[in-house]
Amino acid sequence: MTDAAELLDLTRKLLAAHPPATTDRDDFLKARFDAGLAWVHFPEGLGGLGAPRSLQAVVDAELAAAGAPDNDPRRIGIGLGMAAPTILKYGSQEVKERFLRPLWTGEEVWCQLFSEPGAGSDLAALGTRAVRDEGSGDWTVTGQKVWTSSAHVARWAILIARTDPDLPKHRGITYFICDMTDPGVEVRPLRQITGEAEFNEVFLTEVRIPDAHRLGGVGEGWKVAQTTLNNERVAIGGMRLPREGGMIGPIARTWRERPELRTHDLHQRLLTLWVEAEVSRLAGERLRQQLVAGQPGPEGSAMKLAFARLNQEISGLEVELLGEEGLLYDDWTMRRPELVDFTGRDAGYRYLRSKGNSIEGGTTEVLLNIVAERVLGLPSEPRNDKDVAWKDLAR
Amino acid sequence: MTDLLYSETEDDLRAAVRSLVAARGDTTALAGRAEAGSPYDPRLWNSLAAEMGAAGLLVPEKLGGQGASHREAAVVLEELGRGVVAAPYLTSSVVATQALLALDTGTEAVAALLAELAEGRRTAVVAVPLSAAPDGPLPDGSGRITGVADAATADVLLVLRADGLYAVEAAQAVVEPQTSFDLTRPLAAVTAGEGGTRLADAAAGTAAVRRGLLAGAGLLASEQLGLAEWCLEETVRHTAERHQFNRPIGSFQALKHRMAQLWLEVVSARAAARAAADALAAGSPEAALSVAVAQAYCSRVAVHAAEECVQLHGGIGMTWEHPAHLYLKRAKADEIALGTPGRHKEAVAALVDLQAP
Repeated sequence: MTDAAELLDLTRKLLAAHPPATTDRDDFLKARFDAGLAWVHFPEGLGGLGAPRSLQAVVDAELAAAGAPDNDPRRIGIGLGMAAPTILKYGSQEVKERFLRPLWTGEEVWCQLFSEPGAGSDLAALGTRAVRDEGSGDWTVTGQKVWTSSAHVARWAILIARTDPDLPKHRGITYFICDMTDPGVEVRPLRQITGEAEFNEVFLTEVRIPDAHRLGGVGEGWKVAQTTLNNERVAIGGMRLPREGGMIGPIARTWRERPELRTHDLHQRLLTLWVEAEVSRLAGERLRQQLVAGQPGPEGSAMKLAFARLNQEISGLEVELLGEEGLLYDDWTMRRPELVDFTGRDAGYRYLRSKGNSIEGGTTEVLLNIVAERVLGLPSEPRNDKDVAWKDLAR
Repeated sequence: MTDLLYSETEDDLRAAVRSLVAARGDTTALAGRAEAGSPYDPRLWNSLAAEMGAAGLLVPEKLGGQGASHREAAVVLEELGRGVVAAPYLTSSVVATQALLALDTGTEAVAALLAELAEGRRTAVVAVPLSAAPDGPLPDGSGRITGVADAATADVLLVLRADGLYAVEAAQAVVEPQTSFDLTRPLAAVTAGEGGTRLADAAAGTAAVRRGLLAGAGLLASEQLGLAEWCLEETVRHTAERHQFNRPIGSFQALKHRMAQLWLEVVSARAAARAAADALAAGSPEAALSVAVAQAYCSRVAVHAAEECVQLHGGIGMTWEHPAHLYLKRAKADEIALGTPGRHKEAVAALVDLQAP
């Protein structure tokens, strides 16, 4: 067990050996990883020290105070938040040693090849096929994926594909690490309602994957994917915010600076949303305190639901508040941004982008089902797809 | 940093209050007592206030109390809300007690009354309508004041007159019970006349009453949280058992989404209520904002939960026999109590500089 004092000591030793002012950014990040200070809750040798996750803050604060570079976590969110926990849990020692270091330093960007045109909320119905070569045991993958952020800059992907169409849908899926530089991978931008293309369509044509890049057993991909998806929801809803730190910030500032825009109706609606945003922030803070105290609860799924609704309502009100200016849009030019900032750009962009918040990472409707069934214990709807071979499902 | 969790001591206190309410808080008997004229159960109050010491949580030990804080009192109120218990806890052990604590506790009369309240031997209420908000208008105590909660059983009335705050023995005042919408928190009209013991001048007395109302409003959020939790749990239980169309009705998404939404509101209400209790306990400069946010939010959650409870119970939810109506009436009255959500939102507007047109 490593305590705060020890971590502080190790952090200072790292800083002394690699002064940020004179050390190359990538070299510093590699040294930090090798010192076990990347993610202290990871095992020794894999960027961590097996310390409590809550102690990461001690390291981060000391490094930030010393002006050390970070790994730009927003740029590599899928790797850090989704691929890494899955690799840690299901990867072989070799796989962990190969992938985690460049993943954490940002040298290699990751993307997620899960959703398909025919498998959105019903992800387990996916049809991308992975066929095993009897001789080598390696895999050939063919299919189409969609809504893939960062695919155009990614070096690796986490991928789920169907390995046995004769089994019911949840049982015939296997989880892989896919090489995005394989000649069979084609990435096309997917332009969305904001005008830009932060997502992609990914076409896979006979992509080769060595069996060593399989995570979990053959046919166990659905179980493995739960690790990824649970971490995704925490990542989307779990950001720490100061008061007025989210979508409510810009509209509150506009309200204060532009008294000529105010009406009584807008005032009442703004106050309601301000209170809800503040309560939602407190609920997020409470969730973090629970995690730090080692009392994780099911509240995480509530955060994403609240976040989506509030973002949409607040940004909608903001466009309305702006009146004539709300009729304008900053720029419809097609771009492929590397980073997504929900509160970036103008109100019209915020309004349009936030429409995705109740769809991406599990639709609001599906998350409500999950809360109702897994948290409240309510019975599920009768289903007719659980015991039918995937190949016999309607599509 | 605001502590939004529950401590082990608070968990233990909750367990004790919950088992007391489970043993003595039968809602059928409660409704029967309410119709017969008084919903209170003196034995429950004695166990809670005197034996468990819950009445003295806000009072320092040197003044005869438990030396705890608003955080613990909030937990008691969560449980009393969960059981829709009729007891003068919010009015006497929180509002009146907090008002007295805001006075000069070195004064003999103040200290003596505080000790009696803390030990649960007597109860006191501030003679203002239940609807009075912490920053709202306060009535002149020389006249007849209507809508005073728990006044009919209070031993002492704290009366704010033009020349100061007075403690008036209830026996020396005219207290006329009113027919209350909330059967479990009865209201009365109070005419205190002229007598009583002067505890403070008008300025100190007014400030103390407002301090009491602020603590009351903040901790009312915890009562509302408890009410909402019960309504949600009972609705989940009912809809998982009740069958129509050859299925449990709780399997229909049209219903389960409403309950999931309610759960989300309850989770949020807990954070808001904890933040208010913690800010009051810490004497934080943000207490007024935390209380206003909690009241603006939790009032609506409690009403929504009680309304959903009635609707999702179907016909049985509409009966006198089922306790849902007691929760609905309490939740709706709580929405008005200590300032409506709209009034608290106006307080928020002033505190965070989001001014009206």
